[in-house]
Amino acid sequence: MSVRPILRILEAHGGATLQDAGRHGAMRYGITPAGPMDPLAHATANRALGNPLGATAIEVGLGGLALTVEEAPLDIALAGGAFRIDCDGRPLPPAAALTLRPGMALRIRAGRAGAWCYLAVAGRLDVAPVLGSTATHTRSGLGGLDGRALRPGDGLAADEARARLGEPAALVAPWLDRSPEAIRVVLGPQDDYFAEPEIAAFLARDWTVSPKGDRMACFLDGTPLTHAKGHDIVSDGIAMGAIQVPGQGLPIILMADRQPTGGYPKIATVIGADLGRLAQAQGGTRLRFRAVSVAEAVAARRAEAAALEPAIALEPVIRTTFSSEFLLGRNLIDGVVG
Amino acid sequence: MAAPDPETDLRPRFLDAGEAALVVEFGARVDPAINDRVLALDAALTAEPPRGLAETVPTYRSLMVHYDPLVLSRAALVAAVEGRLTEPGAARGAGRRWTMPCCYDPAFAEDIAEVAELAGRDVAAVAALHAEAEYRVYMYGFAPGFAYLGGLPEALALPRRPSPRPPHPPGAVMIGGGLAAIGTFPMPTGWYVLARTPERLFVEGRDPAFLIESGDTLRFEPVDADTFSGLERRAAGGEIVARRAS
Repeated sequence: MSVRPILRILEAHGGATLQDAGRHGAMRYGITPAGPMDPLAHATANRALGNPLGATAIEVGLGGLALTVEEAPLDIALAGGAFRIDCDGRPLPPAAALTLRPGMALRIRAGRAGAWCYLAVAGRLDVAPVLGSTATHTRSGLGGLDGRALRPGDGLAADEARARLGEPAALVAPWLDRSPEAIRVVLGPQDDYFAEPEIAAFLARDWTVSPKGDRMACFLDGTPLTHAKGHDIVSDGIAMGAIQVPGQGLPIILMADRQPTGGYPKIATVIGADLGRLAQAQGGTRLRFRAVSVAEAVAARRAEAAALEPAIALEPVIRTTFSSEFLLGRNLIDGVVG
Repeated sequence: MAAPDPETDLRPRFLDAGEAALVVEFGARVDPAINDRVLALDAALTAEPPRGLAETVPTYRSLMVHYDPLVLSRAALVAAVEGRLTEPGAARGAGRRWTMPCCYDPAFAEDIAEVAELAGRDVAAVAALHAEAEYRVYMYGFAPGFAYLGGLPEALALPRRPSPRPPHPPGAVMIGGGLAAIGTFPMPTGWYVLARTPERLFVEGRDPAFLIESGDTLRFEPVDADTFSGLERRAAGGEIVARRAS
């Protein structure tokens, strides 16, 4: 049997977890599905390596992550927000693939935009599924590594590993350049708890993403909404992207680590194709909502699925931004101009 | 629009929760007749799921149907649901009946004195009232293995705490907001801890991992602290210590 590569976590500051497509089928027992905050970026990283779209990958938050590989080389792919990524000091594009070799250190740090970055491996991370999924839900301690975030020293072995990519290449995945357009929503299921002018205000107002968000929810700041029929409902189901409006009137968007049921009126639901775009909004980002039909939401979802159908092309990394170390190394800073 | 009333309005409402989840709402109240309709539809969809149905989540009054809209259209899902609706009052497959051992010893009933004071009764009367009632499992939610139970005697119908208490112990039997509940994993809670059961509603890897289903009925059987400890040891060893009556 060949030696298995082992990803070794060098630095982690909370917020990096293992996620597959989520723990589905047990929401009826109060089990949170978890899964990626940005499902499209997660799927893209996996697709770039020819993995099943829902394969287990590392989700990295704003706290960043550094890791290396031991025992054997391993192909990896990165996709998500505009994180600052470097391999042994060499900057990489935020969506890239390469062969990571023993001794190399890969660093992922928060960048100018985006809140989540995914690292997929060519092979299968050896993690025991819980209720059919490896997705980590830290609040209930289920999935991933002992139900917790990754820590320095953690080792993750990869089965059926491959290492054939070589030098870093950029993923040709234009769908990750997210548009700044309004976040699309389908109104309901409890839009009837709001008078018509309040729904209009919800759609017309600017909202600001609060920095206190996490995997469970995205909190919005702005002018509070008022309810027409009170803010308590008898609990019903919660879908990812549900925008609930509790008593104080500021919307809370329920994300991957949401509880499967809850008791506040939900004015609208973010469509599947815009969930990742919303999840990637850093604290302070201003956004608006636009109501669309179910048909339009399905069309957007279909377009997203179609984008991931063909293999993802890889482009050699062309240095368009140079680190100061690189420039000094080339003695270009002095301006040797004839 | 007024919420439908099962007495007068037989059709559920179909409410979109985005393009990949549909809420089939039978009513707006906590009511066994409404919950029966939810569970009957849930059973029918589970027995013969249309292709593209991902999972269903029954609640007090509605069924959330998660689906893949690229496989199953909303219209086809609505048609599948309508084809499986039963009339209100139609016999639903009777849920199972359980007897759950439960210890009201003050060491386990952390908040029973507080409840007694709020309810204007003594501690023994509160325990007796709670243990005499029969409870219906309406739904799970909030946390893994957190079961919401209806059937709490009116005398114990207190509002929830104005602010949460520290995490309850595992297997906490609680009351709040006119309902009862069993909390499997310790969590901060706005409910009052009235007792503890040694049974575990969720054990990863056990078959079944989840002991009781929505629609089941249960009673609490008072046991003393020694009996509790013995049962808890057996439960920790993987044994199911609740008894199934039928």
